[in-house]
Amino acid sequence: MKDLVPERYALAFRLYPYARSPDQDATAPVRHKAIVVGGGPIGLATALDLGRRGVPVVLLDDHEGAGLGSRALCFAKRTLEICDRLGAAAPMLDKGVQWNLGKVFHDDRLLYEFNLLPEGGHAMPAFINLQQPWFEKFLHDAITAAQAEGAPIELRGRNRVDAVIPAADHVTLEVMTPDGPYRIEADWLIACDGARSPLRNMLGLGFDGRVFEDNFLIADVKMKADFPTERWFWFEPHFKSGDSALLHKQPDDIWRIDFQLGWNIDRAKELEPARIRARVDAMLGPDVDYELDWCSIYTFQCRRMAQFRHGRVLFAGDAAHQVSPFGARGANSGVQDADNLGWKLALVVQGIAPDSLLDSYDAERVHGADENILNSTRATDFITPKTPVSKMFRNAVLTLAETLPFARTIVNSGRLSVPCTYDRSALNGPDHPEMPARTRPGSPCPDAPVGQGWLLSHLGQGFILLTIGLDAPESVMAHGLTVPRLALEATPELAARYLGGAKGAVYLIRPDQHVAARWDHYDADAVAAATARAIGKE
Amino acid sequence: MLITTPNLTRPDESYARLIATHEGLDEAGSHALNARLILILMNHIGDDAVLAEAMRLARETGTEAA
Repeated sequence: MKDLVPERYALAFRLYPYARSPDQDATAPVRHKAIVVGGGPIGLATALDLGRRGVPVVLLDDHEGAGLGSRALCFAKRTLEICDRLGAAAPMLDKGVQWNLGKVFHDDRLLYEFNLLPEGGHAMPAFINLQQPWFEKFLHDAITAAQAEGAPIELRGRNRVDAVIPAADHVTLEVMTPDGPYRIEADWLIACDGARSPLRNMLGLGFDGRVFEDNFLIADVKMKADFPTERWFWFEPHFKSGDSALLHKQPDDIWRIDFQLGWNIDRAKELEPARIRARVDAMLGPDVDYELDWCSIYTFQCRRMAQFRHGRVLFAGDAAHQVSPFGARGANSGVQDADNLGWKLALVVQGIAPDSLLDSYDAERVHGADENILNSTRATDFITPKTPVSKMFRNAVLTLAETLPFARTIVNSGRLSVPCTYDRSALNGPDHPEMPARTRPGSPCPDAPVGQGWLLSHLGQGFILLTIGLDAPESVMAHGLTVPRLALEATPELAARYLGGAKGAVYLIRPDQHVAARWDHYDADAVAAATARAIGKE
Repeated sequence: MLITTPNLTRPDESYARLIATHEGLDEAGSHALNARLILILMNHIGDDAVLAEAMRLARETGTEAA
């Protein structure tokens, strides 16, 4: 019999084997509140967040689990904080490799070292390296745990969307399964189906930006080497294995090696193991024993959709925006999309917020995507200069960087992902001038020790009114929401991060742990007005 | 604010030194030296707005001449 949903790639983990759904036998298409398409990191995070917020969600994926290959590797602090909120971070931290130190070389010279120097008083490290299939597996484990606690999440493997028919108040999908096709409907459709997004193409939506004319070879090697747990980056390396090279540690004695190959290459030839080994040998030296684990050649683009919301269809992750890998801004920004969308869609589905709240998802995450594209484009232009004069300036910077610290600030081998602040968002309420800039409205809350635990673990269920050194009611009712108060006294970390010059503070904090508004005193009317604004009711 | 009024303490000496700095270099070497010099001066100036004005002025003046 013909395989109606053939595998396009091998799996690292089979997580949600195909099982026939009653929807396939229904006489009329069954309507769901929310359908997520795509079982990558962003689809899984979105389904998990929605389910934990009580929104019934069905996830459709044309495979049955996580694909093979390390792919996304560096997961940033903000991603880990979001995963912690979703109940998935602990195993990621256990399995992942923590790192802080980076070294940058030009030819055979060490130009400088950098230390991400994580600030004290945060639960999560600056970065971990973890292969994408593991990241997906841990999100899936958290989904299984949430399901056991009653979260209405359903995963359907080998369910491939073949057509999408948008309507004013719902979306209809034609889905192919190993048992043949069926139709289902969704009030809301979240497209997390990756950079080549079939849904985006079916809807005829554009995806414009810049293509970078360069090829990069990833060679993951397994070796018992005593290289330190650091990020090593070479411009024009002396071992001549590429125009640039990267060495970075992964779990399980695997090392990510990345070589810049240039534009005019013979792809098939460059993927021959002997050729890859010649490049790796030149880099590691003759005495290092290793095996090739996973290899891939990739090119990249920096581009995004003009809008991430199209009526009842919301795009997230690579489906909505794509960046070069320099700076680890792909999966990390996609997880921030999921974080931004989950609570908003939940409030809309529950009838508490108007559906215009979802326009703020578009505005805030387009802003985030533009920030990522800008940073990623600049890093790429530095690593692969496009013109002779650009290369001349790049190499002048590298020459100066060896002895002059100022030039090191210009060297760009990737500006590593930092969380996005939603400045000028329509959801932002009043600011207070004496409080620190890092916690202004739109900012993600910086973590801080609280008692025996952490501030962020108290935030994220719904809206929270954080008071520091001030009195206020135990909860505030506003616009259909009950906003509980989190009453804290100032500690050195809280004072530095949240008070600044103020003696006390009241913060209205969104369910995605971003600051909505802040004051130096409690004012019931002001809190109610800011809450209305933060849920799009103004 | 970019200074475009005369500001060099010793114009002839500074200019002669600029030319002399390039002595003995081939064209590629001279271009690379210029690049390093621009970067060093950029850092000395520091202010992004002043640099933007200087770059705009250089581009526009050159375009008029061409």
